[in-house]
Amino acid sequence: METGILAYGAYIPRRRLARKAIADANAWFNPALKGQAKAERSMCNWDEDAVTMAVEAARDCLTGLARDRIRAVQLASTSFPFEDRLNSGIVAQALNLGAEISSLDVGSSQRAATAGLAAALEGAAGGQALFLASEKRRTKAGSTLEMTSGDGAAALLIGSGKVVARFIGAHSRTVDFIDHYRGQGSAYDYVWEERWIRDEGYAKIVPATLAGLFKKSGIEPASIAHFCMPCTLGKVAASVAKKAGIPEGAVRDNLHAVCGETGTAHSLVMLADALAVAKPGERILVAGFGQGCDALLFEATAELQQLPPRKGVRGYLARRREETNYNRFLAFNELVTLERGMRAELDKQTALSTLYRKRDMILGLVGGRCGTCGTLQFPKTNVCVNPECNAFHTQTDHPFAEMSGKVNSHTADQLTYSPDPPAICGMVQFEGGGRLMTDFTDVDMAEVSVGMPMRMVFRIKDYDSQRGFTRYFWKATPAGAAKEA
Amino acid sequence: MASGIRDKVAILGMGCSKFGERWDKEADDLMVEAFEEALKDAGIEKNQIQAAWLATAIEEQHVGKSGIPLAQALRLPFIPVTRVENYCASGTEAFRGAVYAVASGACDIALALGVEKLKDTGYGGLPQRSRGALNSMFWANLSAPGSFAQLAAAYVAKHGCDAADLKHAMAHVSVKSHDNGTRNPKAHLQNKITVDTVMNAPMVAAPLGLFDCCGVSDGSACAIVTTPELAKSLGKSDIISVKALQLAVSNGLEAQHNSWDGSYFATTRIASRRAYEEAGITKPREQIDLIEVHDCFSVTELVTMEDLHISPEGGAIKDVLDGFYDADGALPCQIDGGLKCFGHPIGASGLRMIYEMYLQLLGRAGPRQRRQAPTFGLTHNLGGFPHQNVCSISIVGRHGA
Repeated sequence: METGILAYGAYIPRRRLARKAIADANAWFNPALKGQAKAERSMCNWDEDAVTMAVEAARDCLTGLARDRIRAVQLASTSFPFEDRLNSGIVAQALNLGAEISSLDVGSSQRAATAGLAAALEGAAGGQALFLASEKRRTKAGSTLEMTSGDGAAALLIGSGKVVARFIGAHSRTVDFIDHYRGQGSAYDYVWEERWIRDEGYAKIVPATLAGLFKKSGIEPASIAHFCMPCTLGKVAASVAKKAGIPEGAVRDNLHAVCGETGTAHSLVMLADALAVAKPGERILVAGFGQGCDALLFEATAELQQLPPRKGVRGYLARRREETNYNRFLAFNELVTLERGMRAELDKQTALSTLYRKRDMILGLVGGRCGTCGTLQFPKTNVCVNPECNAFHTQTDHPFAEMSGKVNSHTADQLTYSPDPPAICGMVQFEGGGRLMTDFTDVDMAEVSVGMPMRMVFRIKDYDSQRGFTRYFWKATPAGAAKEA
Repeated sequence: MASGIRDKVAILGMGCSKFGERWDKEADDLMVEAFEEALKDAGIEKNQIQAAWLATAIEEQHVGKSGIPLAQALRLPFIPVTRVENYCASGTEAFRGAVYAVASGACDIALALGVEKLKDTGYGGLPQRSRGALNSMFWANLSAPGSFAQLAAAYVAKHGCDAADLKHAMAHVSVKSHDNGTRNPKAHLQNKITVDTVMNAPMVAAPLGLFDCCGVSDGSACAIVTTPELAKSLGKSDIISVKALQLAVSNGLEAQHNSWDGSYFATTRIASRRAYEEAGITKPREQIDLIEVHDCFSVTELVTMEDLHISPEGGAIKDVLDGFYDADGALPCQIDGGLKCFGHPIGASGLRMIYEMYLQLLGRAGPRQRRQAPTFGLTHNLGGFPHQNVCSISIVGRHGA
């Protein structure tokens, strides 16, 4: 049986920061930023990180597909919210994949995603694996990286059988070329000169890797239809393609204008974007650069057309809200010391024993279904909430995360502490039963109304800055906003 | 078969401190202030009190846990003192404890005292506080106004009324309470406001603006209760007795079952029905003379008028705008200024409401006294959120009425 990609998905946060806003704020110090002040980059909401974006990309990837054959979850990132807590394990719990799976975090390089994906594909014999890449890079205010980066994630379901893209092969080179680094305890990257990175890095390391792949696979470079190679330096992908003999028209848009480079996730974001338009038989070449290079070769199959519709990169890009307030970006990313008020001082310690006991409820949004009367309810309890039933010990697990709901009541709370006031929240009533008074996210006050369709998303509930613990839960977001795909 | 509390217990004396920002006072100062008034009113010695109940809701901000703060503040002679907490119904809950103790015959004279010292947080409004290990993981991030504001959206959706009409009626609620507050020297706020002030105030939680919200206050209120017979033997001729004490507590239905539409208080509807039955009242709109309700927010008061079965469902806006609940209306609501202006020291609020009823029933309410002293007065507390709360109702009135 053929091995390859069974499904793909992506996630790009809704907010897009106008690069002009970055330049306007910082050009007094670095006038060169004005030259980059074009278009926009994606930025996480305050309640998003590499884990929450990975969950959304995975849900997009798994749209309309069963999850019971997934045996492994791998998550690549260089911006994990936890240095020591299995980040992919959080994702697995949020997706309710059960305990009988393996999980692995892959990091430490901008090519963590391609290296991890190649390894996963080469060892894909043992059932389906969900390969995720997600990035929310921390960058200094007024830096070029702040301009060129974006936040986002991609997801690939890999395995054998009805693949949408057949895996032809991969080739890697490992070279300790330090274009940038981030040492232990440092929040930000330290970057060397761009011209050197271009000439000694990309221009030499990538073509050599591609040549190795073509030689190994016996594939002609001229047969490549989609070349996915992230690089924020001008014309590098095109010159690499030319050197490798790849047709000029195959070089794919690196999404700089609409998204920015999503770090280690970007190779796979570009791959997901390519899969959305690839025709059966077309070959897709993916490259990842960072202390060497990975190159992966795929061939699209007719199964692509059988895949249930998903949002993908373009669907999420269409779900867009422009952000022109650079101060909000600074505050969200803790780049400025904001007066958050005394209400923000509340101790947010998480009882880890409670969280473990209730992990299905909190991370998986699993509630209950009464075996006697069928009433769905959240949370799952000992006694059914239906006043006509009230049966004891009848509830079985019922996952609510993929259920659609409607707004029952709502407000925009200016009083409670929120990193992005007002805190919009309300009662969401699920179709089929159950309800939850819950936080809303990615929503504008003016658009909320009673009866509005909502879907649930996995987000940061709050952050315990005293102990460095991120607390996750589910929130409601307008279901209509992400429809255009 | 239980016969209820009607006319089994009399109020012997009541006291209430000045409510407000009492920067120079500790909680024990406020307790003593309320207690001395009540003791003098009751005409007894402190050592005649045989049991006491202390109500505080946010005790971690001031006195801490247990009944000890009351016993120490008043130097009670090693009698039983029980501290109760049931959100904003705490004060009425303490009253219920004292009244039930007397009714049971376990003691002759009992004290219920509520106190709250909230103005030591460093900021306005209720303190932001933890909800418990699991609740903190999944409860929505919403303040008190954030939860009560949602009544408005659901009310408008249910009754198909104009949101602007509702907001206008809500403004009338606050303007009326400010008018009433000017005639109450113990009130926290004693200034008149206009509808425009309310409508144009900064938003706290849409559609609740600043003047749709009660503030928080420091204060204490208390009641000394006994049997009607003992009250008479102690020289009281004008006996005010307890007609009903009811409590309804959400069991998760509103929060978790889709039978509740979010536009009303399920608890208040149930507790008030039971209270009318206990008091022998069949037509509350005609028979109740005065009400003090939990107007934490203007929309709460408005909706509560329906949940008390006084305004018809969907008819509160009209009644409010008609002046039905104004001080000179048919059934005044918050004649003392309410939570909005008298103030809201949580543990004391329920007892403060009963205090006002007691004064009005005895014709001792000064410039805000109803011309014809009322026969039945109803008080109502609502603690928590519309989707999960504690509702208490008390009815007091002339003994034998």
